[in-house]
Amino acid sequence: MDKTQLLLGLALALFALGLLGVIVRRNVLVMLMCMELMLNGVNLSLVTFSQQAGTTAGAVLVFLIFVVATVEIALAIPIVLLLVRDKRTLDLGAYSDLKG
Amino acid sequence: MIDTLLRHLDSVLLLVFGVSALGCAALMLVARQPMRVAMALIATMALLGAIYGLLGVHFIAAFQVLIYVGAVMVFMVFTIMLLEVREDSAPRYSKLLLPGLAGFVLLLGALGISVWHALPAAGAPAAGAATPGFGISTFAASFVGEYWLHFELTTVLLLAAVVAALAVIRISRRAGDRQHHG
Repeated sequence: MDKTQLLLGLALALFALGLLGVIVRRNVLVMLMCMELMLNGVNLSLVTFSQQAGTTAGAVLVFLIFVVATVEIALAIPIVLLLVRDKRTLDLGAYSDLKG
Repeated sequence: MIDTLLRHLDSVLLLVFGVSALGCAALMLVARQPMRVAMALIATMALLGAIYGLLGVHFIAAFQVLIYVGAVMVFMVFTIMLLEVREDSAPRYSKLLLPGLAGFVLLLGALGISVWHALPAAGAPAAGAATPGFGISTFAASFVGEYWLHFELTTVLLLAAVVAALAVIRISRRAGDRQHHG
């Protein structure tokens, strides 16, 4: 097994673990953190491809993902704070009235 | 023995960091307290930073630690401490646990097989093996030269985020007034 295969395998395992966390966990903050894990897996695959191809495109995309992840957290946390102030719980089951 | 280990130190370290990162990520799924999940995620991100350093992209490693561990996760830990909602009795997993696990195995299998077949086999010279990694000067030149439009578009995203944050604050204030009157 060479290095690229190892890194890509790690990247997709991180992504799949993050996706599994978003699906199975009930705590809103834990789900947010699992989304961050998915972004980290994507970042690792981008860096691996960028190193393999020797171009900077992947690294540039990683920087843009850094910005997107920061913005996502900066907006998601206040929304979670608002929801928790309303319902007094982090459990996702209490928010079922948000369904359209 | 030691000699061989030292010669392949890069690969050994990569393997150790990778396996530890996977272990910490798996810990995120089983830990009950959000704070422990946050600590496991911080460890995963720091280990990924170490992997980036081993790969030779030191500036991405630095930004991984600065932005993810330093900014995003500190914000997250701060929120967990601020909320202080104790939910020991709440169930940890939703009722999608079994379908989720099945989907996880399927996704891992499908992606793993496709990655395995799409890449050159071990031992064969990889296409990128001859190309050396790039430093921060190459990266910076192409970042503001070739990709300046994407960089500028990021500022539009940040502006939209500021506007959205203001909207959230306004909703929060209105909700606070309603609670106050009610």
